[in-house]
Amino acid sequence: MRKVVPALIPALIAGMLANQAVAGEIHLKVTLPTINTAEYHRPYVAVWIEKPDQSVEKNLAVWYSQKKTDKGEKSDKWLKDLRQWWRKSGRDQAMPLDGVSGATRPVGEHKLSFTEGKSPLGDLAAGQYNVVVESAREKGGRELVRVPFTWPAQKAVTAKVTGQEELGEIALELKP
Amino acid sequence: MKLNFTKMNRALLSLAIGLSATVAHAHGTWITSSSTVLSAPQFVTFDAASSSVPFMIDHRPLMVDALSIVAPDGSKVLPVNMMKGELRTVFDAKLEQTGTYRLELVRSGFRANWKDAEDKPKRFMGTAEALAKEVPADAKDLKVSESVSRMENFITVGKPSALKISGNGLELAAGTHPNDLVAGEPVELTFFVDGKPTEGVEVEVIRSQTRYRNKLDEKKYQTDKNGKVKVALPEAGLYWLDADFKDKNVSNKVAQERSLAYVITLEVLPQ
Repeated sequence: MRKVVPALIPALIAGMLANQAVAGEIHLKVTLPTINTAEYHRPYVAVWIEKPDQSVEKNLAVWYSQKKTDKGEKSDKWLKDLRQWWRKSGRDQAMPLDGVSGATRPVGEHKLSFTEGKSPLGDLAAGQYNVVVESAREKGGRELVRVPFTWPAQKAVTAKVTGQEELGEIALELKP
Repeated sequence: MKLNFTKMNRALLSLAIGLSATVAHAHGTWITSSSTVLSAPQFVTFDAASSSVPFMIDHRPLMVDALSIVAPDGSKVLPVNMMKGELRTVFDAKLEQTGTYRLELVRSGFRANWKDAEDKPKRFMGTAEALAKEVPADAKDLKVSESVSRMENFITVGKPSALKISGNGLELAAGTHPNDLVAGEPVELTFFVDGKPTEGVEVEVIRSQTRYRNKLDEKKYQTDKNGKVKVALPEAGLYWLDADFKDKNVSNKVAQERSLAYVITLEVLPQ
């Protein structure tokens, strides 16, 4: 056993490098804008990849409060306010989603990177997709931004769409 | 309940008829819930009333004695904090399971109209057995009809469950789950009478907030030979849907005709 393992290591490293060399990447920049209001709460945000028929292909990120409400209820209570994500995917999941869900984020730019073959992106069949970002804010509004893309990318590609109210620039970068 | 046509009971009787009138004329009766789509177990509160237009609290509370709240696993949830106000009935329910809850209010009875020996109009509402006792054998111009009404509300915690119809009276099966409706997507509805898709069911749909517009803007439909109608839901909001049908399939031969009614409150969310 001991003799076999060291012999395997170079092969493993080579395998990992080879894997990285062919794996496509998706880099996202999600901007949460500054909103001037007396009572600001960080928004709940869901990021996912959808097919042209708007069915959810991959959940990439869900940011929601990890605290309990003043009644001692879990903050899952407000996940339904991410209405489209909730209807198309959220309600079918058991929260928290490993490697996907996490705490809410502050105003500013947030960079997210996903690699083909690795969770949560995993394998993505060739085709047309949208990256969808949905934001819902307590005592505030709700907005969805869609950025279309074709997978896999033949060369490095960038695309961006800017939200009107609750979302700033959503920039997508694909690497072959 | 036994009613005698005496002076002492006249006041009671008129009250009973007044309340029962909402059974026959399902128009204007409604139940709303504080939420229809939930992502965690919690309390939901309900309003129930009979009113001039749907969802406006301006007439009287709804009698909810026959109310049943069915959990996703088929068990019953008891409403709590029941309060019958002057204008509307209020109650809460704790929804603890994942899936779709069905709130149903199923009512039925017989209505008799006739003339007595002095040609005075008489009427009775109640069970077939009570009717047989109360209506004299020599009643003139006797007309008896059976009325069966069903009101439904659906609320989903988490993932919606598949819905089944009971096979009794007038019922609805929606092509899109009733807690899955979004603005701009029409919904295909199938109406069943005693479990069979039925042509010619009259359907009326009114969007909420009628006070804040000048037109009632009600939409009327009639089911096709497959029992189907396609209802447009152009805007987000609450919609009151009422369906009516008449046939001769009475449960007791004392009645000549059967009036079926179905009412559901649909919540339509933005895209």
